[in-house]
Order: sequence, then structure tokens, then C-alpha cells
Amino acid sequence: MASPSDLKFTRTHEWVRLDGDVATVGISDHAQGELGDITYLELPEEGDQVSQSQPFGIVESVKAASDIYAPFDGEVVERNEDVLEAPELVNSSPYEQAWLLRIRLSDPSQIESLMDASSYDSYAEQAGPH
Amino acid sequence: MRGMRPGSLPVAGQGRQAMAVEPLIHELSKAGRRGVEFPQPDVPETPLPSSLLRDELDWPEVSEIDVIRHYTRLSQKNHAVDVNMYPLGSCTMKYNPKINEAVARYPGFAQIHPYQDPSTVQGALELMVELQEMLAEISGFDAVTLQPAAGAHGELTGVLMIRAYHELRGDTGRTKILVPDSAHGTNPATAMMAGFQVVTIPSDARGNVDLEKVRASAGPDTAGMMITNPNTLGLWDEHIREVIDVVHEAGGLVYNDGANFNAILGIARPGDLGIDIMHFNLHKTFSTPHGGGGPGSGPVGVRQDLAEFLPSPLAVRTEGADGPAFEWRQPTQGIGRLHSFHGNFGMHVRAYCYIRMHGAAGLRQVSEDAVLNANYLLANLRDRFDLAYDRTCMHEFVLSGNRQKRNGVRTLDMAKRLLDFGLHPPTTYFPLIVPEAIMIEPTETESKETLDFFIAAMRQIADEAEREPEVLTGAPHRTEYKRLDEVGANRNLNLRWSRPVEPVKEPAAAD
Repeated sequence: MASPSDLKFTRTHEWVRLDGDVATVGISDHAQGELGDITYLELPEEGDQVSQSQPFGIVESVKAASDIYAPFDGEVVERNEDVLEAPELVNSSPYEQAWLLRIRLSDPSQIESLMDASSYDSYAEQAGPH
Repeated sequence: MRGMRPGSLPVAGQGRQAMAVEPLIHELSKAGRRGVEFPQPDVPETPLPSSLLRDELDWPEVSEIDVIRHYTRLSQKNHAVDVNMYPLGSCTMKYNPKINEAVARYPGFAQIHPYQDPSTVQGALELMVELQEMLAEISGFDAVTLQPAAGAHGELTGVLMIRAYHELRGDTGRTKILVPDSAHGTNPATAMMAGFQVVTIPSDARGNVDLEKVRASAGPDTAGMMITNPNTLGLWDEHIREVIDVVHEAGGLVYNDGANFNAILGIARPGDLGIDIMHFNLHKTFSTPHGGGGPGSGPVGVRQDLAEFLPSPLAVRTEGADGPAFEWRQPTQGIGRLHSFHGNFGMHVRAYCYIRMHGAAGLRQVSEDAVLNANYLLANLRDRFDLAYDRTCMHEFVLSGNRQKRNGVRTLDMAKRLLDFGLHPPTTYFPLIVPEAIMIEPTETESKETLDFFIAAMRQIADEAEREPEVLTGAPHRTEYKRLDEVGANRNLNLRWSRPVEPVKEPAAAD
């Protein structure tokens, strides 16, 4: 299934939706499928700083616990409390209800290092689990 | 074996008692029932201070036979290596020889106390010193502490020593530890816990640490590297010497996670390769109990110039007027205590017994047989499963369930199906770099017949994945409990029993 074309993706399977200098971040449909049923999420607080390619949170499924990586440097301006309460949203609605964080980018040019949807789809086809 | 028809294999439950659902011990409780009658006290009674008394503790009230039957029935539901094969990759679930247990129960070992004066426990100290010396000889190190209680505890010991080593030299800019992406999760967790940043090093196409990435990552901020060799893919790293040299040239130390030591006893010594620090898992390689809470034991070996950083105290040999004697010594730069008293001493006795029973030639045969057994399984399964890295394996190997996944069967389903054969499943979904990973480690203690049984079960499962995948997705079928709702259990944690609320009786109406 093709990923939404308005999103950008990381090699570590996070998606990004850019709106001005704030980006919404979540986990790709491919990643949730590989992880299986998500049981637990750990996310940073509002105001926390995140750094590109460094882990900012944890996603746990019955299979494994995995890090979630920041697609760019920035400051957390909002986090999705609903998805913390109901982590299964990551499985059922990875691109809409299960957004994780809104992050204000420190350096908007970092967005250019991300993949577009079609590059990500061919990458994910080759790649292993998250 | 290949001619064996599907369905003709023996199944779980045969020869074992049929058992009803076992209640919790709290549910067996009857008010006022006792397991022990205490004699009348012959000293004045002193009531406990009321501030220490709690009434919310809901202890079960049961007789001795209630307790014995309850736990015996539970033990019969358990899988154990004493019941059948336990091919749990990375865990080395080898048979634990019963002579270890007999020796550990000798009163001179079992009835002593760590507060006794060393002059009264010379035999115990001698055993610890000799075990340290034997582990040092097997691994090529110069000094060993027996204190850590498990592998991850050994890792923490090692990484704290790396930190102390750099700090003593005033080399304070070393903030990073390199960790391969195939590492046990405990490696990065340990580095973080000791205050370091983790730099993840990817694997190359042959399953080695990517040497060029190590070169690019090692530098003046590198405190060290944690490596597992053989690695968690069951492969000997083909560039191990170069990797060690690169880290050393950058000024870092190299820690070896010794979880996979069972592959190389008497064949290769990590100390000779240039490794600086390593832990041993006595509960893997040296046959002390692994399941059921062990307890584990994770001694750490180091080269000579790191010996003074070892935790204190250290059992040492001295030369007294009447011959050798044994005492405790504080290393001069020691990182402190890592465990109360002297670690899990009962495990030291068992590992000592194991090493003495085998001798040098026997330990080498342990590893040769472990590697041979793993390669025998690999050779008989490789045509039916995808192989993550196509190389001769060491003591374990990693298959991928990718081929079966196309039929809607996941590794989890195949693992559940193995329960129907009375087998413990292998490790699954680890290492993380292999999709649908199945990590198999038979150990040296399984016979060819048992290995053939496992092969037949796995080949039958591969057949079922093609012909009747619903058999796998619905497995297990023959266990007392069927597929558990693991997702529900994870999402709705319920870890504490609470007494069911008794319905309140209406008082009888007065006339």
C-alpha cells in the first residue's frame, strides 16, 4: 500500500508532516505492521529538545521494544496524550489519530534529508523491521 | 528422519499428568489453617511495635501439604531443560549436571556465612581463587572478579571500570561507547546507565561489525566499544582484530559480552585477541542454573593493567608460613562493591565443579560439540527457511521466517506450534536486524536423536506453513492453555491478586 504522498519519511520509519516551522511526527504504517500490536509508548514532554537521529521515545509491542528517532533537531510543542492512553491507535490509524509529537524545527533545511513517500515505499520493501 | 510423516511425532503432555486449572495459592487459603506449629516460647514475649504492624497484607493460610502440592503441580506445568530440549538462542540452556547440586550442598559450602573470619573459610576462598584463576586461563585474562550477579551486571562492572580507567588518567572527554546493532539490548542500556552516549554501529553484509563504520566513529571522544564475539547472529566476527585495533588506536577500551563464550572454550581466548574486559555467564557457559531465577553469576575478567579497578573485595592467594593461604584484598582503584558480600557463591561452587569435571580437553569438546550440533541443525533446516547470513555458524544460528510470512504465518505462530511437540521455542524476533528472526541454540548436551526430533518438528512446521497455515496461526493445540492474549495482558497489566469482594448479607429483619 502506498504511503501518503504529503508525508516525508526517515530511514528509521518515522513519518513527518510539515506545516510552517512545526512538523507532526509519527510511526509509519510499515513500521507498525512489523512491530505488531503496540502495547506501550513513551514520549518526551512539551518543551523537551530532540536531536536529529537520536532516540526521543520508546514503542513497545508484544515482540520488542524499539526506539523512536527524531527526524530533525527541535523542541516539542505538543504531544498526543490520546495515543499514550491508547497505544493501539498506532496500529489502527498510524497517519492520523496516532500522531506522536509536534516539533518546532530548529533548522528547517534538515527536512531535505528525509525521503518522499515513493522513495520510502521502495526502501521499506527492502528493509527489515523498525 | 525426513521420511517421517507429519503428525507422527510425539506430542506435548505424553507421560505427564493431566492437570486441572491450578488456583493461586491465595485462592487455596482457609482462615486459620497453619503449616507450622511453633513451640511455646521459653523467653518473655515482646510484642512488635504497633508502628511496624500492617493489616493490609493478605497472606495465604495453607497447610504444608497444600503448599507442596501447589508448587509441585506448578512445576509439572513448567518447561525445563530436564524435561526436553530448550533451544533458546543466546541463552545457552545446557543441561545442569546434578553433581553440581550435590557439591554445592556440602555443608562446608552451604552452611558458612560471609561474616565468618577468613581463617575459618579457607576452603571457600580457595575455591573462589581457583575459579578466578581457571576463568582467567580459559579466557586469556589476568584477573577476575566473581562478584557480579549476571551478564548485564558484569557489563555494568566492565563499563564502570572503563569510566574509572579514563577518569584516573584525566582523560575526561571520552563520552561515547560504540555498540553494534546486533548487540544484546543490555549493552546500550548499560552504557547509558554508566553515563555514556551510545553510538550504534551497523552490521555489514556478512553479519560482521561494519569495520569502516567503526573507523569513522572511533575518535578522541570514544571511551570504548562493547562487542559480542561470536555475535548474536552466531557468527565469528571476521574483522575482530581490526575492530579492536581501531578502538585501541583511538584510545578506547574493548569490552566483550561473553554471552556466546560456549562456542570457543579451549579454541580461542578473548584476552589473546586484544579484548580488555569481558564477562562470563556462569549460568550459560558453565552450567549453573539459568531458568527459574538462577540466580545468575557474571564474573568479569580483565588484563593486568586493569586489575586494580576490579570491584572490592577480591579473593587472593597469599604465601603464609605454613603454605598458601587465602584472604580478601581491596584493589587500589577499585570501583567499589557491585554485590552484597561476594556474589552468588553457590554458583561459583557449581561452575568450579563443572570446570573440574571437564578439564581442559573436556571444555574444548563442549564447544566443538555445541558448534557441531548447531551446524547440524542449520544444515537440515536451511532448505526450508530463509537464512539471515549464509555462513557456517558457531554455537547458534538465526533463521528468518520471511518465507512463511508470505503465507500469513509469522515466526510467533511457528514458535507457538513448537509447544505442541513438547519443545521450548527458540528465541524469536531477536536479533532485531533480522526480520521474523528465529534464533536457535541447541547446546552440546543434546543427542543426535533429540536434534533429529527438533529438525522433524521444524520441517513439519514448514510443511504446515505451506499447506495448512491455520494449524500454525491457531497453535498451540495440545497444551493445557491455548494461545494466550499477550496483547491484552500487556495492555491491561494485572499483576496483583485481590480478594474477591464478598456479597454483603442483609441483616435479618427484627420482628
